[in-house]
Amino acid sequence: MWIYEKKLEFPINIRKPSARLAKIMLEQYGGPDGELGASLRYLSQKFTMVTPEAKATLNDIATEEFAHAEMMATIFHQLTQGLTKDEIINSGLDVYYVNHGLGVYPVSAAGVPFSACAFQSKGDPITDLYEDMAAEQKARSTYEYLIDLTEDPDVLAPLRFLREREVVHFQRFGEALDIARDYMNQQHYFFMNKFGCDD
Amino acid sequence: MIQNDMLTKLMELDFISLDLGLFLNTHPDNTEAIDTYNQVITAADTLRLKFEEAYGPLCSFRSFAADTKQWAWINNPWPWQKEANISLAGKECL
Repeated sequence: MWIYEKKLEFPINIRKPSARLAKIMLEQYGGPDGELGASLRYLSQKFTMVTPEAKATLNDIATEEFAHAEMMATIFHQLTQGLTKDEIINSGLDVYYVNHGLGVYPVSAAGVPFSACAFQSKGDPITDLYEDMAAEQKARSTYEYLIDLTEDPDVLAPLRFLREREVVHFQRFGEALDIARDYMNQQHYFFMNKFGCDD
Repeated sequence: MIQNDMLTKLMELDFISLDLGLFLNTHPDNTEAIDTYNQVITAADTLRLKFEEAYGPLCSFRSFAADTKQWAWINNPWPWQKEANISLAGKECL
């Protein structure tokens, strides 16, 4: 169950429209290492996770990532308000515009539609947690590339916040991996797959 | 305009409790963090009620509808609109 809260996790007020920035910001909304993929990855993996600590970690980080998807969509939306025809054409946002107008649609910056192929859910807690740690690092790298290409301080502020969250999530997943690994190494007296055990 | 100092403060408090919650998920025996978490939640709940009374509900199907003449949940601005936000440009890393 989820409850919507009528505020962003971090405030976004972008005063200057930019078609160029709007186009590249899509990467962290619908791209392979974007927030939507992160959210769906953890949401899907939580069902076969072991230990209360690791289950809670997946559940709650999935929830936060969904708020981050809203933030990236907000950045795109605000950057596209007040654009001129020339700005749309010169930035290359025109290829997006002919399909979606200025609607928000989950694609990568290069225009590849969002795909669940960008993440996994293996039903193996160790495999999944390693993927999650890698995912946080991939997202951090992407934020750093976005920050490299951004000068507008109104856009930099939320990007820096989101980058920081990737660092924190990586740390939490690392701790969850330690806890899950300890659990998996314990002796069990049943012959079933440990992953199926609801501890 | 919905955005004001009260909302900024509430966003700060809610962020602290979110981050402490993630920490506690992997450190469930840290009693100091639980105490801090409870202090933040108490402060945030008090402020949220005050804010909602003045500016309308924040939570879908959890907030009390203080205005009984009009369903204030639908009121603009929504969070993705500029008017609902301030810019923290330059202050994000303080």
